[in-house]
Amino acid sequence: MNFLALIGRVVLGFLGHIGRLTIFAGTALSHCVRPPLYPRLIGRQMIDIGYYSLPVVGLTAIFSGMVLALQSYTGFARFSAESAIANVVVLSITRELGPVLAGLMVAGRIGASMAAEIGTMRVTEQIDALSTLSTNPFKYLVVPRILAGLFMLPLLVLVADIIGVFGGYLVSVYKLGFNPGVYINSTADFVQPLDVISGLVKAAVFGFLISLMGCYNGYYSKGGAQGVGAATTNAVVSASILILITNYLLTELFFST
Amino acid sequence: MSSAPKIHLKDVRKAFGDKQVLNGIDLDVAPAESVVIIGGSGTGKSVLLKCILGILNADSGVVDVDGTDVTHIPASTRGEVNKKFGMLFQGAALFDSLPVWENVAFGLMQGERMPRKQAKERAIETLAKVGLAASVGDLSPSELSGGMQKRVGLARAIAGNPEIIFFDEPTTGLDPIMADVINDLIIACVRDKGITALSITHDMHSARKIGDRIGMIYEGRLIWVGDAKTVDRSGNEYVDQFVNGRAEGPIKMQLRR
Ligand SMILES: Nc1ncnc2c1ncn2[C@@H]1O[C@H](COP(=O)(O)OP(=O)(O)O)[C@@H](O)[C@H]1O
Ligand SMILES: [Mg+2]
Repeated sequence: MNFLALIGRVVLGFLGHIGRLTIFAGTALSHCVRPPLYPRLIGRQMIDIGYYSLPVVGLTAIFSGMVLALQSYTGFARFSAESAIANVVVLSITRELGPVLAGLMVAGRIGASMAAEIGTMRVTEQIDALSTLSTNPFKYLVVPRILAGLFMLPLLVLVADIIGVFGGYLVSVYKLGFNPGVYINSTADFVQPLDVISGLVKAAVFGFLISLMGCYNGYYSKGGAQGVGAATTNAVVSASILILITNYLLTELFFST
Repeated sequence: MSSAPKIHLKDVRKAFGDKQVLNGIDLDVAPAESVVIIGGSGTGKSVLLKCILGILNADSGVVDVDGTDVTHIPASTRGEVNKKFGMLFQGAALFDSLPVWENVAFGLMQGERMPRKQAKERAIETLAKVGLAASVGDLSPSELSGGMQKRVGLARAIAGNPEIIFFDEPTTGLDPIMADVINDLIIACVRDKGITALSITHDMHSARKIGDRIGMIYEGRLIWVGDAKTVDRSGNEYVDQFVNGRAEGPIKMQLRR
C-alpha cells in the first residue's frame, strides 16, 4: 500500500517535471522568434560556448581519433587494410563520437555554469529584479543561451570532426607507418555528406538540450547555495542522459531505413 | 481620502501549499503618500510586495494600480505597468555580471532603449543623488559594501523616474549610521519628490522616519493601520509589543514551523 503510494508519488512528480519542462521549452522557443532579441548577449554566449569550449572539445576529438586508429589496427592488421582504418575513423567520428563526446563535454562545462549563474540570479532575486525593470527574464537570460547552444554546437562538432580525423591520421601515418596520401584519399572517398550532416544535426539538438537543461534547472532552483548546487548537478546529469537517448533516436531516424 | 488611491489592495490572499501567507490584505496608498508596513520576519511582507509587482500572482483579491486591475494582466502589459514602479530589493539584487553604472541604467537601456552613452550619463547623475562618486560606476557590485549596494539599488530604483517605489527592508543589515543615511536618501529621493512609496521593514526607527502611515501585518492580515505619529499609542497590544520589541505579549514567535 505504502509502496504503491510511493511509486504513484514518484510518477506524478516525474510527469509534473516533464510538463513544466515542456512549457518552459515552449515559452523559450516562442521568445526566440519574437523581438526584441539581445544581440550583445547572444554574442557573448556564443563566444562562451563556442570559442572557450574549443580546447576541451579539440583535445577529446584528437585522442578519440588516435585511439580509434590504434584499436582498429589491432583488429584489421591481419588484412593489412589501411583504407578500412581510415573508414572506421571518419565514420565513427563524424556520425557518433564527434557529436556525442563534444555534447557531453560541453554539457559538463556549459550546462553547469548556466545552471549556476541563473540559479544564483534566482536565489538572490536578480531574476525578480529583471522583471521589475521591464525586462523579460526569458528574453534576457534564456533565449541567448538557447540560440547560442543551437548554433555553436554544430560549429564545434565540425571542428571536432576535422581534428578527430587528423588524430587518426597522425597515428596511422607516424605510428603505424601508413602512406599519408592513401589514408587521406580513402578518408575522402568513404565519407558521405549524410555522415557529416547527421552529426551536425545531432549537435544542434544536443546544444539545444544542454542550454535548455542549464536554464531550466537554474530558473527553478530554490533555497540558497545548496539549491544552486543541486540545480547544477541536475543540469549536467539530465543533459547528459538526454544526449545519449536522443543520440540513439536520431541515429535510428537517419540510418535505419 | 480626497484623491483616488495610487495603489488599492482588496482582500489579497496568497498561499504556498497549505500555508496561508496573506489572508485578506486591504490597503489604499494615496498619491505621494509613504506607507510603511511593519511585521515580524516571515509574516509575508516580501510576498505582499511581489504580489503587487506581479512577480507572484495573488490567489484571489484585487490589486489596482492607478485605478486599473493589474491582477491578471498578460506579460506584455505587465512591462508597461512595471515602468511606473521602482523596487529596492531586500538584498539589493544587483546584477553581478554588469558594472554598477549598467545596473543603474538597466531600466533606461532595456525598457526605454536609451543609447549607452546617454544612459551612462544619467546613471552617474543618479549615483550622485545617492552620494556615490562617478568612479563607483565602473566597479562591479561585488566590490561594494552592503551599504553601498543598497545605495546602488536605490539609484537603480529611482533612475527610471518611477511614480511608485517599493522598498523591501531598506535598512536591514546596515549599521545604525548607514541605516540613517539610507533613510535620509529615501526621504530626499522619494518623499520630497512626491513619489508614492510603499516600504516594508521591521526597523521601527526607519518606519517612523520615512512613513506617513504605518500598517502592521500579522498572520496574513493588516491588523492595524494608522498615522505614523500615533504608532506609540495605537491601543493595539500586538502593535505595542512589536514597537517596543518585547518577547512577552500576544504575539507568540513560532519557533517550530
Ligand atoms: N516562492 C515561495 N515559495 C514558497 N514559500 C514562500 C515563497 N516565498 C515566500 N514563502 C514563504 O512565505 C512566508 C513569508 O515570506 P516573506 O514574505 O519573504 O517574509 P518577510 O515578511 O520576512 O518578508 C515565509 O514563511 C516563506 O517561507
Ligand atoms: Mg522579506
